Amino acid sequence: MLFHEIYSAYYNAVAEILRRAVRGELNERDMKSVCDEAAFSESFLSIIPALRSGEWQLLHPDMTTPLRNEPEMPLTLMQRRWLKAVSLDPRMKLFGLDWSFLGDVQPLFTADDIVVFDKYADGDPYEDEHYIDVFRTLLEAVKCGSSTAIVYNSTKGNLRSFRCRPLKLEYSEKDDKFRVRVEGCRNIGVLNLAGIESVSALQDCRVGHGGTNDPACCIEAELIDERNALERAMLHFAHFEKETERLSEGRYRLRLTYSKSDETELVIRLLSFGPMIRVTAPDSFVEGIRQRLERQHSMGLR
Amino acid sequence: MAYSELVKSFERIRGYMREFYVYGFRTREEFSAKSARSYDNERRRLESILGQYTSSARNASGKRVYLSIDSRSGGSDPLFRLLKACSFTARDITLHFMLLDILSEDAPMTLTEIIESLESYSAGFEQPMQYDESGVRKKLAEYEKLGIVRIEKQGRVVRYLRAAQHDLSAYADALEFFSETGVCGAIGSFVCDKVRRSGVFEFKHHYITHTLDSEVLYELLCAISEKRIVTVEHRSARNGIQHTWRLLPLKIFVSVQNGRRWVMAYSFELHRIKAYRLDYIESVVKCEKGEACPRFDELRGVLDDMQQRMWGVSCGDDSPAEHVEFTVFIGDNEEYIYRRMLREKRCGSVERVDEHTARFAADVKDPGELIPWIRTFIGRIIQLDFSDRTLENRLREDINKMYDMYGIGGDEDAVP
Repeated sequence: MLFHEIYSAYYNAVAEILRRAVRGELNERDMKSVCDEAAFSESFLSIIPALRSGEWQLLHPDMTTPLRNEPEMPLTLMQRRWLKAVSLDPRMKLFGLDWSFLGDVQPLFTADDIVVFDKYADGDPYEDEHYIDVFRTLLEAVKCGSSTAIVYNSTKGNLRSFRCRPLKLEYSEKDDKFRVRVEGCRNIGVLNLAGIESVSALQDCRVGHGGTNDPACCIEAELIDERNALERAMLHFAHFEKETERLSEGRYRLRLTYSKSDETELVIRLLSFGPMIRVTAPDSFVEGIRQRLERQHSMGLR
Repeated sequence: MAYSELVKSFERIRGYMREFYVYGFRTREEFSAKSARSYDNERRRLESILGQYTSSARNASGKRVYLSIDSRSGGSDPLFRLLKACSFTARDITLHFMLLDILSEDAPMTLTEIIESLESYSAGFEQPMQYDESGVRKKLAEYEKLGIVRIEKQGRVVRYLRAAQHDLSAYADALEFFSETGVCGAIGSFVCDKVRRSGVFEFKHHYITHTLDSEVLYELLCAISEKRIVTVEHRSARNGIQHTWRLLPLKIFVSVQNGRRWVMAYSFELHRIKAYRLDYIESVVKCEKGEACPRFDELRGVLDDMQQRMWGVSCGDDSPAEHVEFTVFIGDNEEYIYRRMLREKRCGSVERVDEHTARFAADVKDPGELIPWIRTFIGRIIQLDFSDRTLENRLREDINKMYDMYGIGGDEDAVP
């Protein structure tokens, strides 16, 4: 059973409170902050009185606990089966971990059980030794906040060397690719990991504050709910920050916030809805769609 | 019943949370299927659990509350928090922490010894909790099933131990990554709660809607791994009517481009393999205990064969596959279009006709599933050739409608 109290935020919060109590470090103020951090905004209203009143017999009025050890819960069978399943994923090689502690646990699923039917075919080479080295170097650099020297082979085939500071590793399930978001180098904001020829961490090296500007933009579109377009669009664009408003029966206004660098991709995703979605603003975006349609019209397909 | 942040059944909040997150345009009055009080409770729960992502807006029809989440902004999927809102009793939580404290990995204890320890733990409280054998045994049995307690039997004597503990601190990065990208990542998020997250990853094209279907997915994955038949309560996408189906789940199909997930299953009522959307499944119950279905491998082989002629999840009927072909123009310095066709095609072939032209062709069971992809090439489609002429004409009509919508062409270009 996946929806079970042992995985709940309340249990996590109480575990942290009791951990501090076992160490003799608990005070009233901590209880509230632990509840806010580990559970939900109103949780402290239930958790603290239940502990303080003895309804949950885990904490004495003097903030000591009858527990002798800091609370720890072993992995459940469901968790072990999930870990076994992901340990078999080719991308797990990137992390170089030893999963032998799982023994002969049956995986919750295998590659044969799952079909991701619309993932792009040119995903990154997760089992390639060079790629793994690049990934691990960047992962450490992001965690340590250190700078790196990179030789990069762009998609146009140009080699370029520069120094930059990796900020985050970004993964796209659709592209099946990792990118690294960087700062400190003019006109460079994002790099494909697969394009990195070499990377090395630099000690005590300062890089500039340059980068690329990728502002958030917004479009407005009208959606006509034919052929189940409303449901399809709501799910299709669910990963964007969005707002939907009903204008009349079967007509909706959709506002999407996106990154400027993703504009071309958004244009073609909106086109995939055909006449069910009409972009209304901004004018520059509408013009981009018009240009494609004009080019199509000139090709004579009607 | 008084409001509580926690709920006994996830199904109770699943539908509401989908409405708030995926749609988000309904006002309180438009949630007609439920009472106003139920709506108020769920909105309060939403604000309590996901307050920072909750927005509201008002128009002529009233105030609407919705969830606005940019899933690219990094961090953990906020919807996992909903799966951590399961209710419990005072006895549940007290027993949980006491039992895991009392039990050890290597010194087995009898039920009597455990109860004596529990009583000594509660002795310091004003009104000590009473522990009956049956209740404690039941909790230990539940924990054994969950895998956190082990049972040793010597003759008629039963002894209990805590399952082995593992330090996962070195696994934090992998756990963080796979809890977001792995199938049924919610389970990974429960494991992640045991480690310190470093927040090194961001996710693009990251659909989190399916987090709401985690429980259904977990039950289906269990059934697939055991090759077991299940009974599902399924709500029809077309008319909202609930059906009970007896199914043999074969595979899970995932779309990373539209955020939907399906179980491909053999229906014993329809006598064929069919796709069932996970977000329309309300419950999954395993049946025919202990027995793997002897036809599982055979039917999975049938599905594997069918996949050669499937663009998405539609298996079609017994009629032959339909031919779909279209040709696109590739301009100077537009090699990326050809590469795009190669990486985005899921079946069929892409042929380079000449320097400026490439052709895609496939035989598929449901050519309608290709239409959205073909539309993404608007601006460079030279030729369409479908064996299903009705569908081809509909695509042409759609493109003509788009010309009208954006004021392109004119009367002289009107479609006959």
